[in-house]
Amino acid sequence: MIRLEQVCKTFHTAAGEVQAVRNVSLEIRDGEVFGIIGFSGAGKSTLVRCINLLERPTSGKVYVGEEELTALNEKHLREVRRKIGMIFQHFNLLRSRTVAQNIDFPLKKSGLSRQERDAKIQSLLELVGLTEKRDAYPSQLSGGQKQRVAIARALANDPKVLLCDEATSALDPQTTQSILRLLKQVNETLGITIVLITHEMAVVKDICDRVAIMEEGAVVESGDTVDVFSHPKETITRDFIETASNIRKIHELIEEKNELTRLKPGEQMVLLTYSGPNAGEPLISYLSHAFGIQANIIYGNIDFLKGKPIGKLVVTLSGDAGQLKKARDYIDSLGVEVEVIQS
Amino acid sequence: MSILYSIFPNLDRLGGELLVSLRQTLQMLFVSGTIAFFLGLFFGVLLIVTRKGGILQNLVLYTALDKAIDVIRSIPFIILMVLLIPVSRAIVGTGSGVTGSYVALIAGTVPFFSRQIESVLADLDYGLIEASEAMGFGPAEIIFGVYLRESIPGITRVTMITFVSLIGITAMAGAIGAGGLGDFAIRYGYQMRYTDMSWITVIIILIIISIIQFIGNLIVKKTTH
Ligand SMILES: Nc1ncnc2c1ncn2[C@@H]1O[C@H](COP(=O)(O)OP(=O)(O)O)[C@@H](O)[C@H]1O
Ligand SMILES: [Mg+2]
Repeated sequence: MIRLEQVCKTFHTAAGEVQAVRNVSLEIRDGEVFGIIGFSGAGKSTLVRCINLLERPTSGKVYVGEEELTALNEKHLREVRRKIGMIFQHFNLLRSRTVAQNIDFPLKKSGLSRQERDAKIQSLLELVGLTEKRDAYPSQLSGGQKQRVAIARALANDPKVLLCDEATSALDPQTTQSILRLLKQVNETLGITIVLITHEMAVVKDICDRVAIMEEGAVVESGDTVDVFSHPKETITRDFIETASNIRKIHELIEEKNELTRLKPGEQMVLLTYSGPNAGEPLISYLSHAFGIQANIIYGNIDFLKGKPIGKLVVTLSGDAGQLKKARDYIDSLGVEVEVIQS
Repeated sequence: MSILYSIFPNLDRLGGELLVSLRQTLQMLFVSGTIAFFLGLFFGVLLIVTRKGGILQNLVLYTALDKAIDVIRSIPFIILMVLLIPVSRAIVGTGSGVTGSYVALIAGTVPFFSRQIESVLADLDYGLIEASEAMGFGPAEIIFGVYLRESIPGITRVTMITFVSLIGITAMAGAIGAGGLGDFAIRYGYQMRYTDMSWITVIIILIIISIIQFIGNLIVKKTTH
């Protein structure tokens, strides 16, 4: 388990103080994939670097397993770090060394024999699917392959934790998916706890069990991924959800008074968000039956969060004002979230 | 051989002395070059690790070293040589001859080379250093395993540049009686106006530089991936 207790990190720069991390407390469970999402500059990298103390917190405590890292001396800290793997946005491979030599690098202090090290390298290469690139140099690899080497290298000392700082941000969407699958596989087959930092919703929603959302150095919302994104509390969380769907586009259309989203008097436009089994179709027809309300679907989308469907419908409702209110209460009672986006 | 003597008419008579000068130059290059190489590496690394944000940040040491290098570099070599005569006497027992030139040659080379090493190491992606720290490596392993090992092509390049400038100052070292090709060229090429002897020293120096550059380029080629 990783536990952060009231971690703060302040940088003193020529331009003044920067509070990169403000009073963050988090618990990351053994064996889970924990996502930390936030826009650029939110303090995610600083926070994740506080976990292995690449950045020493200005105040607060960091525990990894039983050990309080913030209380260790440099020598002891180095030993603990060997059990905390880390991968980066720009891979950070050693250019003068081959793939095998890069993976071998952290094994230097493992005390293993040459044969054991070679066997280890071989099994890691098999795990990341790069056996044929054993003697290639990093400059001869694609971005995705480089990240695979970095993952193999990070796993060399059998860590309990893998920290990923924007590990897919330099990759195209397809490669991103394949790296995420590999990380998920590593998590499931080796039982390694993964902490994943990203600014991309697409990364979080597939593989993270739980997420924390960061804004201006603070964690503003956290919890189970599906809960957080199906019932967002904070504006920023909604912003992230929108980045992954077309809802933002609807807002733009409303803004520019597009014909598609123009309302007649008495009409209302609502966004319905439903997760799990409450389907959209019967609801719409029920509305017209029970409340005499016309519902016109403008936009619909189903997104998957960790395999669970999250439906989004943008609908214009027209009818009697009292009935509209009743209809909204009814929809709400079904566990479907209703947000009036224009009226 | 006879063609050689017809192009360089004085070679027949001065050849023996030329060989002695060549040996003196090579000795100066080898001894002071080797020592300066390791000292320069040492100070270059020291600059990188003690500077702000370095793995062994120590701003007092950094600033002192930084200023010392600037000061020594700003002294013209011919003056530095004279200033260091007492130092040389204290260290190697003499302030003249080939042995007496080492201290000055090293002092004239190390500051320049340290700066070059510093800039080569500074070019290394800091992400590599952080990744190594994250893997649990300490300063010594990072210096040898990452900073120096990853910078071999760059270090080779600046070593070649520094070597050429070292050849330049060994020629001046003749002024304190160290002899060498520079001294030979002054005595025969300039004072006696044996132009052929000037030319032959130039050719020999070009050959030395070419050999070094050939080896250097080979190393760069073999270590750049
Ligand atoms: N070493 C540093 N010195 C000064 N300011 C820093 C340093 N590292 C990060 N910051 C500042 O801290 C804030 C958070 O940065 P960072 O953690 O990199 O954010 P993110 O990873 O979420 O984009 C930014 O305002 C950044 O400029
Ligand atoms: Mg970042």
